[in-house]
Amino acid sequence: MIKVQNLSKSFGPKTAVNGVSFTVERGEVLGFLGPNGAGKSTTMRMITGFIPPSAGTVRIGEFDMIEQPIQAKRLIGYLPENAPAYTDMTVHGFLGFAAELRGLRGEEKKKAIHRVVEMCFLDGVLYQSVDTLSKGYRHRTCFAQSIIHDPQVLVLDEPTDGLDPNQKHEVRGLIRRMGEKKAIVFSTHILEEVEAACSRAIIIDRGQIVANGTPAELKQRSDVAGAVTLRVAGVNASALGQKLSQLPMARKTTMLKDEASCVTARVFPQPNCRNGELARGIYEAGAREGWKIEELHTEEGRLDEVFRSITMPDTAREERK
Amino acid sequence: MNSSFGNIRAIAKRELVAYFSSPVAYVVLVIYLLWAGFFTFMVGRAPFFEFGQASLVTFFLWQPWLFLLLVPAIGMRLWSEERRLGTVELLLTMPITAWQAIVAKFLASWLFLALALFLTFPLVITVNYLGDPDNGVIFCSYVGCLLMAGGYLAISCITSAITRNQVISFILSVVACLFLILAGFPPVTEFLSKATSKPWIVDGVAALSVITHFEQFQKGVLDSRDLIFFLSLIGFSLFTTGVILRGHRAG
Repeated sequence: MIKVQNLSKSFGPKTAVNGVSFTVERGEVLGFLGPNGAGKSTTMRMITGFIPPSAGTVRIGEFDMIEQPIQAKRLIGYLPENAPAYTDMTVHGFLGFAAELRGLRGEEKKKAIHRVVEMCFLDGVLYQSVDTLSKGYRHRTCFAQSIIHDPQVLVLDEPTDGLDPNQKHEVRGLIRRMGEKKAIVFSTHILEEVEAACSRAIIIDRGQIVANGTPAELKQRSDVAGAVTLRVAGVNASALGQKLSQLPMARKTTMLKDEASCVTARVFPQPNCRNGELARGIYEAGAREGWKIEELHTEEGRLDEVFRSITMPDTAREERK
Repeated sequence: MNSSFGNIRAIAKRELVAYFSSPVAYVVLVIYLLWAGFFTFMVGRAPFFEFGQASLVTFFLWQPWLFLLLVPAIGMRLWSEERRLGTVELLLTMPITAWQAIVAKFLASWLFLALALFLTFPLVITVNYLGDPDNGVIFCSYVGCLLMAGGYLAISCITSAITRNQVISFILSVVACLFLILAGFPPVTEFLSKATSKPWIVDGVAALSVITHFEQFQKGVLDSRDLIFFLSLIGFSLFTTGVILRGHRAG
């Protein structure tokens, strides 16, 4: 549904987006990750036709955004960053205005407003002026506007920004449910959101795509992915470390915590080690040695660590080495 | 065609509702009507009652100056407010063209100014009650007023597209409209004709002025040249607004 090819945008000498390409099909929810100023919003503005790209193309369905903007825009629902809304209107008036610009009239318009008001829980504030709304309600009002015509493509720029944890949970659920039938792109810098709602994620940094895959695939790129963490009671830390290092699948062992009552260690696998093999090896070694194992688990890898290692500025990366 | 009319109507309706849901519209309306009455009856060499004729000349005489403050006050928020709130992003990602939005906003404000003008109707009734005025001339002058208001308004569209600050937008459009008045203001044209011996310079500058063209309407003359002047001023200004808005987005 969304096909982005070699999209670039420069503002004067500054390049905000540089050669971004990806596609999103119906039934997919694409998470757009990146640090602040990475070019997420600029990319979304180009996808929705708000700003023209310096180079590259955007296709929505079968329409090119530059050549047939009206047809392309009809297919999109868009929630811009910071959820702007006309502050002098009521929620009902604002949604009615959005419905009219989407070509809905009369009975159709009424039904559409009713549907989104229910979906976004706006019943209580329907006739309240937008400028008296709390941030969460204003956000949901703008979100309601974006789905009023039941679009095939949904572009959401930080849809959970400024919401409380319950509202975040609701919005994520909404995105996941709608993602079954629509093509959705949403940007965020909250990593748990990606795991909660996305079928695929793209990490963008300084205008370029630096990673593209399912959340599980991305997590695999983490340093700790596949490592085994264990906590053992009543052993000597150095003795434990030595035994663990002797395991054939272990590449490296680090001590995380060394307390009087118990020791926590992390064992990193050899590159060719299969999933679960290391944990099993440690368990068997523990049984032989009579360790009192209190905890043993294989790390899945952490998205925030992947994110940091990919998008960290070069200087910080050097320092870390 | 049908849908573009529908889009223009939807946006214009929103704008009009926005005017009346804020106090600005009422304040501006009341002040305009008070001033219009004050200047017509109290100010000048020959105010209404001392003029000795059943006509609204003393009313229309002041309109270019009253509009100088009224119109920018109405037009200043048109695009600057959209940009300040960020709703311009919402509006221009809807399946509409930028032209539809520009024209719709202009028409909504123009309609509001037409309402302000319409509310001066007691003057027309008064003058008809007191004497036997030439209502053709009065009608023609009202048409001139409306066109002049449209010209000022289109300029306010430009200035409100330039900045997201309404005060700056207001001041810029007052200055621009003042220039359009002064170019044909008698003291200025007299000064120019003294300063230069070439009459085409004086006429050329005066031809840019709304005063020169508005005078024709006040005489009851509907000349195509004056119509074309105001309509092309509106057309050119709205086109410029479109170019500026596109410039913001292109970065």
